[in-house]
Amino acid sequence: MTQSEAVTEDFGLSKWQRWTLVALQILIGWHFFYEGLAKLLNPYWSSAGYLGEAEWWLGGFFRDLAASPSAVAVIDFLNIWGLTLIGLALFLGLLTKPALIAGMVLLLLYYIVAPPFPAYSYAMPVEGSYLVVNKVLIEFMAMGVLLVFPTHRLFGLDRLIPWPGSAKHQTKPEGAAQ
Amino acid sequence: MSDDNLTTNTGQPSPASEDTIGRRGLLKTLAAVPFFGVFILNFLKKKASDDARKQAILEELGVVEGGPAVIPEAISRPPGDRIRVGIIGNGGEGEALVRSAGFAHPDWVENAREANREDPRNKALETYLYQDDLNVELTGVCDVFDVRAERGIAASQVQERSGDAPQQQTSARRYLRYTHMLESSAVDAFLIATPDHWHSQMVVDAANAGKHVYCEKAMTRTEAEAHALYDAVKASDIVFQLGHQNRQSESHMKAKEIIAADILGPITLVETTTNRNDPWGAWVWEIHKDGNENTIDWEQFEGPAPNKVPFSLERFFRWRCWYDYGTGLSGDLLSHEYDGVNQILDAGIPHSAVASGGIYFFKDGRDVPDVFQAVYEYPDRDITFVYSATLANGRNRGMVFMGHDASMEVSGSLTVTADRSSTRYKEKIEDNVIRPSMPMFTYRPGFKGIDAMTSATEEYFASRGLLYTYRGGRRVSAYHLHIAEWLDVIRNGGDTSCNVERGFEEAMTCHMATRSYLEGRKVTWDPVRRRIV
Repeated sequence: MTQSEAVTEDFGLSKWQRWTLVALQILIGWHFFYEGLAKLLNPYWSSAGYLGEAEWWLGGFFRDLAASPSAVAVIDFLNIWGLTLIGLALFLGLLTKPALIAGMVLLLLYYIVAPPFPAYSYAMPVEGSYLVVNKVLIEFMAMGVLLVFPTHRLFGLDRLIPWPGSAKHQTKPEGAAQ
Repeated sequence: MSDDNLTTNTGQPSPASEDTIGRRGLLKTLAAVPFFGVFILNFLKKKASDDARKQAILEELGVVEGGPAVIPEAISRPPGDRIRVGIIGNGGEGEALVRSAGFAHPDWVENAREANREDPRNKALETYLYQDDLNVELTGVCDVFDVRAERGIAASQVQERSGDAPQQQTSARRYLRYTHMLESSAVDAFLIATPDHWHSQMVVDAANAGKHVYCEKAMTRTEAEAHALYDAVKASDIVFQLGHQNRQSESHMKAKEIIAADILGPITLVETTTNRNDPWGAWVWEIHKDGNENTIDWEQFEGPAPNKVPFSLERFFRWRCWYDYGTGLSGDLLSHEYDGVNQILDAGIPHSAVASGGIYFFKDGRDVPDVFQAVYEYPDRDITFVYSATLANGRNRGMVFMGHDASMEVSGSLTVTADRSSTRYKEKIEDNVIRPSMPMFTYRPGFKGIDAMTSATEEYFASRGLLYTYRGGRRVSAYHLHIAEWLDVIRNGGDTSCNVERGFEEAMTCHMATRSYLEGRKVTWDPVRRRIV
């Protein structure tokens, strides 16, 4: 093994840097996965209450959606399965990049629907105090970090997939997995 | 799981080191598996514990969470015979009744369409259009104010009908006096939405003429009128329905089931409330710009009112503010709350009543109180029923049934919360199966989708299940169901849910509070002589 190959595999990251990135991805995967499952198993859950409180740019648009039972049904379905599958993907490190992007889109939507701006107040309960920045935004940015670092190459089932440019490209990863 | 060197080997394509690469690569590939295992384990544990808790509660209670209450079909059979309906008193409430029967005023349709364009959550028009076609004709209108009579006639010609019904061929006819309409062979049944002081006389006349009546609450203005109305309806074959549309509320029906299942334990206190905080809610209604001595038949309006006064726009348009025409909070809103309690508890007329209050905020010349409290005793059932109202504060206080084992709050939805010191749930509270800090039972009719309310007052009504209820998850006007029930009984027999017996109980209970307030003393009910003493 040459020095340059080692750098390629470590991506120039220290052990702790790699560990924390992997841990962050697993934690976010855990969170998404359970958010999805919890909604899936709760027959009373609906996005309508959240959408109905929408403010800011697209507030009117989201409130329109909340008013339409068929739109709410579609949104509920997409949200529940989106959360569940993104969570599962991040958890297992499978299709990490698309999952991160999809997750960031979801989080951005949550944020846009009800941003904690000083001008807005919401009836729905929150568990902390937020000014412009809330945990949705922080989780969004955390996923951005995972995306720009090569986290998907550090661990997970993605390693079995011969991504172009990956160090694994020329190996026989399928064989290695058996 | 890993070390610094581990990753360095995986890039090797050499077959000689494949074993090492495979093992270490596998470790990294499946790094999350132990965590996934921990997740699944905890998830299943939580789910099992939640399921067991819910199961234990539902088994203990013997009711189904979120399941449909036993709902009588509003229309047991397709409406066969066409019924010709007349409206007496086509004001705000009258128009609502006529609309619920399938005839909205064209302006209302236009406004509702506009409101929906501005806020799609406003589904008033959709709710109206989805109403069943009740197969009725609006053939007669009687109102002492020309504008309102004309509006009734216009409604009979509206193009947008409920349930895709076609536009009515001939327009309704205006009758200057309701007695003329009673005599007419063109009207079979009457909606009465006049001020309260006219109710008794009109129902008595209708009963004598053999015409069916849907009468708005309060049933009567005085005790004597209640007796007269009751006797006339009992002596006739007419179908009588009193306008307490809460009778159609799904959550009220569920509440009745919960009481029947004895989930609350012995109930000692029932608290009902009215909180409104806007002039409209205090009956400071709009004075129509075209209202004057030429367009309003003042003499006919006054009719049986005890005090005759000169023409007054305030008195005509804001009649609820004077005892000459109604009984204020007692007949307007206590009557609803009482009928809700009567529906849920089969309470009947209380043994005694004490009421107090005053004109504390709307000092605008009215003689009915704007803050009003009534306390009723049911010693036979060991229950006190309290009504507490202010028209100058909008704090939301629900209708609460307080039992030794649990409390039940009824509004548009329904929650049951166990009592910390309950005897029945003691073990389950100790085992943390039932938590007194949160509802152990919630019933939310129509829980999918939300509906915008247009005003604070409407929100107040909606929160009490007085405007809308749900059937099969779809929003339905409670007025519509209540009228549909009345028409169904006219066609097919049976009994209305707010018949004259319930109406008599409502009237006497409200009059007890009114008399107690006016006479400044405790009054009691003599069940033998059927009199307030």
